[in-house]
Amino acid sequence: MVKKAYLRERFFPHLWCPGCGHGMVLNGLLQAIEKMGLSRNEIVMVSGIGCSSRITGYVDFHTLHTIHGRALAFATGVKMARPELNLIVPMGDGDALAIGGNHFIHAARRNIDITAIVMNNRIYGMTGGQFSPLSGEDVRATTAPYLTIDPGFDVVELSKAAGATFVARTTTYHIQQMSDIIQQAILHEGFSVVEIFSQCPTYFGRKNKAGDAVDMIAYFKKNTTPIGSTAKKENPDLIERGVFVQKEKPEYCSQYEKLVQKAMKGR
Amino acid sequence: MSGNIKFIQGNEACAEAAVYAGLDFYAGYPITPSTEITEFLASRLPQIGGKFLQMEDEIASLCAIIGASLTGCKVMTATSGPGFSLMQEALGYAIMAEIPCVIVNVQRGGPSTGLPTHGSQGDVNQARWGTHGDHAIIALTASNHQDIFALTVEAFNLAEIYRTPVILLLDEVVAHMRERLVIPQPGEMPLVERLKTTVNEGVDYHPYLPREDGRLPMSDFGGPHRYNVTGLFHDMWGFPSSEPRAVHGLLRHLVDKIENRVNQLARYKEYYIEDAKHLLVSYGSSARSARHIVEKRRSRGERIGLLELQTLWPFPHEMVREKCAAAQAVIVVEQNMGQILQVVKLAVDQPDKVFLANRIDGDFIMPSDILNILRLIQGKGV
Repeated sequence: MVKKAYLRERFFPHLWCPGCGHGMVLNGLLQAIEKMGLSRNEIVMVSGIGCSSRITGYVDFHTLHTIHGRALAFATGVKMARPELNLIVPMGDGDALAIGGNHFIHAARRNIDITAIVMNNRIYGMTGGQFSPLSGEDVRATTAPYLTIDPGFDVVELSKAAGATFVARTTTYHIQQMSDIIQQAILHEGFSVVEIFSQCPTYFGRKNKAGDAVDMIAYFKKNTTPIGSTAKKENPDLIERGVFVQKEKPEYCSQYEKLVQKAMKGR
Repeated sequence: MSGNIKFIQGNEACAEAAVYAGLDFYAGYPITPSTEITEFLASRLPQIGGKFLQMEDEIASLCAIIGASLTGCKVMTATSGPGFSLMQEALGYAIMAEIPCVIVNVQRGGPSTGLPTHGSQGDVNQARWGTHGDHAIIALTASNHQDIFALTVEAFNLAEIYRTPVILLLDEVVAHMRERLVIPQPGEMPLVERLKTTVNEGVDYHPYLPREDGRLPMSDFGGPHRYNVTGLFHDMWGFPSSEPRAVHGLLRHLVDKIENRVNQLARYKEYYIEDAKHLLVSYGSSARSARHIVEKRRSRGERIGLLELQTLWPFPHEMVREKCAAAQAVIVVEQNMGQILQVVKLAVDQPDKVFLANRIDGDFIMPSDILNILRLIQGKGV
C-alpha cells in the first residue's frame, strides 16, 4: 500500500477514466519511491500534455506540468541547474514520441540523468482517440477509420539507438516488476527509459473491440514474456519485457562539471 | 568612467550585460544573426561556474531555461525570427506560469527564412502577439552598445520584478556592428535579485497568490515548498482550474501587472523635442539614422526632434501622445511596413499627421531615405 504522504489528496478525485492504466503506473511509481526512501523535496516530476501528464498534479513533489512534447527539454534545464535532484518525466506515447520525439532522442544522446517513463496506451486519450506513433498498423482510431497504415516505433530499439543507458519495458499487469524497474531506473545514473504498456479501455479498447480494462490487462499478460524466455523462442510474436540495457557511460551533468574545471583552468 | 572599455559587437555587449546582470544559465541554438551571443556564453559561463546548454532547437532552449529559472537561476536564451517563431508556445507558458526569463530576438528579414544576414525590425508585432491568447508582454530595444548593455540589465531586472519573460528586440545592424562599450563597475548599475518567499517550511505556501503589491515571492524547486506549475489556468496553489472566477482573476492579473504600469515601464530618449515642428519617432538601429538627420538639421536651425523608444511593449501611449502633441508632423522611422506607425497613430490626437519613413529591402535605412520623406512632407519635393 502506497503511503498517502506522496499524494496531494486536496486535488483528488483524479481525471482518469474508470479502468485507465495510468493510476496503476502512479501506484507502481510511488511504490518504487517509497522503497527507495526518497524525500519528497529531492524529486522533481516534469510532464507534458495528455492524460498521462496529469500525473504531476497528484503527487506531492516539485511538479512541472508543461507543454505538449517538451517535458524532457524542461527537465533538462532543471537537472542541469540542480544535478542533485531526481528528475522523473512521465509521458504519454504521443507526447514522448510524436511531438516530443526530437527531445526524446537528444535527452537519450546526452545521457542526462533523467528517468523517462513512457505510458504507452497506443492512443491519444485526451483528445478523444486518435492514433499515435506507437499505435502500429491495423489499429482503429478516430483519425484511422479505415485502420492505420503507419508503422509504430519500437521504444526499446529507438532508445537504445539514441544512446539511453537504461532501457526497460513492462506492463500494468506486472505491477511488481514495474515498481522494481522504476526503482532501478531512478537509481541508474544516466538517461533511463521505462516503457509501460497501459490500457485505455475508453478509446483504444472500445475502438478496437479489445474488451474492458480487465481484458486489456489480461492481453498484456498473455502477449508479453520475460526477455530471452523459452516462450519467446517458441512464439516470436510475444513482446519481451524486462531490462534490455543497463550500462555505464559518463553522465551529462558530471561531464559538464569536468568541462567547468577545464574552463576555469584555462582562464 | 574607469570601467572596462571594449570595442565589440552588439551581440557581445548583450552577452556581457547578461553576465553583469547575474546570468546563471543559458540555453540556445545557433541562428544568424544572434549566434555570437550563444558563442560568447559557451565560452564565458563555464569560467564563472554558470551553466551553458546547446539544445536541439529553439523551443527546447526556452523550455530548458524555464526549468532552470524555477530552481532560482537567472536565465536567458537568444535567437532570431525563425527561432523566435518556434519558441512562441513556450513563451506563452512562461507568461502563464510567471517564470522570470530573458529572450533576445536579434531581428533579421522575414517572413520565413527571409534575409538571414540583413537587418529588419519586422518582429515588433510578433513580440507583442506571437503567442496565442490574451496576454501582456514587456519588449525592449536599443540603438547602440551602451544602451544594449543598460537595457539587457534592465530586462533581467524587470523579469524578476514582474515574474515574466522579457523580450529584448535587437536587430542585425546593431548586433553585428562594432563600437565602443564601457562596462560599468560592479555595483554601478542596480540589479534586482529573485524575490523569495519568507513562508517557513511546513506552512502552506501559495505560489500564485499575489502580495498586495502584485508581486509573487517564489520558492526554488528543490527547496522546502513543493508546488505545481502549469500552463493551464490555475488556482493559488498552481493546480489546474477552469472555475470562472479563477480564470478571470488570473488573466486580469497577468495583463494588469504589466499594462497598469505602462508609465513605470516606459524607457525612451528624447532629442530636441520641446519646439520640434517635425518629430521623428524611431527605435533600434533606425534611430541612429534618425538621430543623424536631427543633429544635422538642427545645426542649420531647423526645428526637428527625435523621440527614441526603448520600451516597445507595453506601448507608452500617453507619453507618445504628449511628446507628439505640439509637432506639425510625426515621422515614424522603422525597418518594416509600419508596425510601430500603427500604434503611434492610435496614440496621437491627429493620426493624419503621422507619416512613415521606412525601408523593407534588407538595406539599412539611410539618413538620405529619411530626408527624402521629410522633404515630401515639407512640400519641398525630392
